[in-house]
Amino acid sequence: MTRKVISLAEIRDGSLRNVSFEAIAAAKTIAQGGEVVAVLVGESVQSYANELIAYGADRVVVVEHAQLKTYTPDGYGQALMAVIEAEKPEGIVFGHTALGKDLSPKLATKLNAGLVSDVVAIEEKDGELLFIRPIYSGKAFEKKIVTDGIIFVTVRPNNIPALSRDDARSGNVMSLSVDIKDLRTIVKEIVRKTAEGVDLSEAKVIVAGGRGVKSAAGFKPLQELADVLGGAVGASRGACDAGYCDYSLQIGQTGKVVTPDLYIACGISGAIQHLAGMSNSKVIVAINKDPEANIFKVADYGIVGDLFEVVPLLTEEFKKLKVHS
Amino acid sequence: MNIFVLMKRTFDTEEKIVINNGNVNEEGAEFIINPYDEYAIEEAIQVRDKLGGEVTVVTVGNEDAEKELRTALAMGCDKAVLINIEDDVEEGDQYTTAKVLAEYLKDKEPHLILAGNVAIDGGSGQVGPRVAEMLGIPYVTTITKLDIDGDKVTVVRDVEGDEEVIEASLPLLVTAQQGLNEPRYPSLPGIMKAKKKPLDEVELDDLDLEEEDVEAKTKTVEIFLPPKKEAGKILQGELTDQVKELVTLLRTEAKVI
Ligand SMILES: Cc1cc2nc3c(=O)[nH]c(=O)nc-3n(C[C@H](O)[C@H](O)[C@H](O)COP(=O)(O)OP(=O)(O)OC[C@H]3O[C@@H](n4cnc5c(N)ncnc54)[C@H](O)[C@@H]3O)c2cc1C
Ligand SMILES: Cc1cc2nc3c(=O)[nH]c(=O)nc-3n(C[C@H](O)[C@H](O)[C@H](O)COP(=O)(O)OP(=O)(O)OC[C@H]3O[C@@H](n4cnc5c(N)ncnc54)[C@H](O)[C@@H]3O)c2cc1C
Repeated sequence: MTRKVISLAEIRDGSLRNVSFEAIAAAKTIAQGGEVVAVLVGESVQSYANELIAYGADRVVVVEHAQLKTYTPDGYGQALMAVIEAEKPEGIVFGHTALGKDLSPKLATKLNAGLVSDVVAIEEKDGELLFIRPIYSGKAFEKKIVTDGIIFVTVRPNNIPALSRDDARSGNVMSLSVDIKDLRTIVKEIVRKTAEGVDLSEAKVIVAGGRGVKSAAGFKPLQELADVLGGAVGASRGACDAGYCDYSLQIGQTGKVVTPDLYIACGISGAIQHLAGMSNSKVIVAINKDPEANIFKVADYGIVGDLFEVVPLLTEEFKKLKVHS
Repeated sequence: MNIFVLMKRTFDTEEKIVINNGNVNEEGAEFIINPYDEYAIEEAIQVRDKLGGEVTVVTVGNEDAEKELRTALAMGCDKAVLINIEDDVEEGDQYTTAKVLAEYLKDKEPHLILAGNVAIDGGSGQVGPRVAEMLGIPYVTTITKLDIDGDKVTVVRDVEGDEEVIEASLPLLVTAQQGLNEPRYPSLPGIMKAKKKPLDEVELDDLDLEEEDVEAKTKTVEIFLPPKKEAGKILQGELTDQVKELVTLLRTEAKVI
């Protein structure tokens, strides 16, 4: 059965987030040969449309309005409902991001639909789509099917691979005018805490520090290692609570959920709430002076030792590698 | 203030997960109040203590949840409601739970509803916003600060590490993020008092709902554990050699560099 599927794109710091492309790939799987329509919402966002087509969207619908400059559930809800009424999709894909998590249950409810949140993989079996998602803080997984109505899912960033970019693809870009009104929540101020550019949830390499880093200055060697590897720095709650770094770096159940190719945990004990945010990483390295630390249970490679010795040595070793290659 | 807290009894995910006959084995397992709902309960109590009113904690579950409801009462909630639909509904999903909660709440005229931002077992984060939408009231998720001044509400929302300062008005539903407050432990007098506080049980019939009205829209067909990871390699020897070996392994074995 072919389906028409819409996917929502997200923009951050002037670029489309990768999860927008991953959502298109997921939408393609759900569409089973049907049309994939990417949706762009914002104040002035038309210019991003071609990139969505290059990543596999057949068409793009653009909804622009001054009231859509910042996200609100009411504003985006009205915009998306207008698109859904016009397109009548049989499937919807959002990223499982702050925005996707906030908006998807509202829309699913409006559509009287189910919603499978935080999908990390999609399987096909006997013509049926199985959506795989973590449960129990990442300690187990479930396979879900949609039994009634529209197929609505959110996909965890960095898990479903995007299609490769093809700038030769072409597709129609249509703009849809909407009336946005009666916003019941108003964003008065946005306090930016995260660094420009680095999006932890999309980083390929993350060097994370915990309470073992001991001070704000202690994060410096971690940053140097991350820089050599072209990665980003993250942290445990322990490090954030101790004031060594900002909460915007926090990884885990309360913080960001990440799935990098390489996760290097330095001075992190490995509490379940931290593991919930990173245990799906492809390769995990643990550096901890306590051989009994829980983090070693999920690590592929471990070094028992003082991070202040190990991390600079690692940086040196990777630097040498760079010179050689 | 008429305040409601949506509370889920969850499996303590610190525990080892064992799968038996396709289901997570719950026998002998530890159950707790979902940690994010503890923040919701604490905030509700603080708002009531400041502005007056009453806090009712509501859960959809079975008799086992009475224990967690009593704990919430011991923390300081005034009333507890167990919506027990075990005998009426066999399979449910987030739609089911939200629908049941919304039906219960719709004629209660809540001013403020607090929920957790996510349940640590099911992990969807859907129930709060779904309930708000069904009731036709606005919501703000993952909040770390709540200020109520008359009808005006100012909240701080955590957005992937950035903060949004949001203005809204009552009635409102909010979902709690870690950092909102420090949940109190039930005190001994609190535990004694809780025994006498009302804990009502409600069934599907009482809500004028039929089984079809709450029928799930999604279904779990399989639960599995992640492929057992081979025990990680703990490197040995001189630290400098360990570091060299690690870099080689990351390049040649793991192929991530
Ligand atoms: C509802 C809830 C939500 C939570 N959400 C999160 C979350 O999203 N993310 C999160 O991370 N936590 C979260 N937590 C907190 C979590 O339970 C742990 O408290 C926290 O992860 C511990 O941080 P840590 O590992 O840095 O600190 P610790 O547990 O104190 O561990 C420090 C580690 O550093 C090692 N160490 C010390 N010095 C050195 C050195 N010189 N070299 C090498 N190793 C060293 C020690 O051996 C130790 O293992 C949450 C808790 C709750 C209740
Ligand atoms: C009759 C019935 C049968 C079910 N059968 C199954 C099953 O077979 N398999 C299965 O995996 N799940 C089953 N469920 C549970 C259901 O799928 C979800 O776990 C539940 O709807 C909550 O979703 P969540 O865990 O994703 O919570 P989230 O949406 O992440 O929870 C967010 C917040 O919503 C509130 N909340 C969530 N659940 C409740 C609740 N029950 N009561 C009050 N407040 C709540 C809390 O404040 C919580 O912090 C069943 C539910 C019902 C009602």
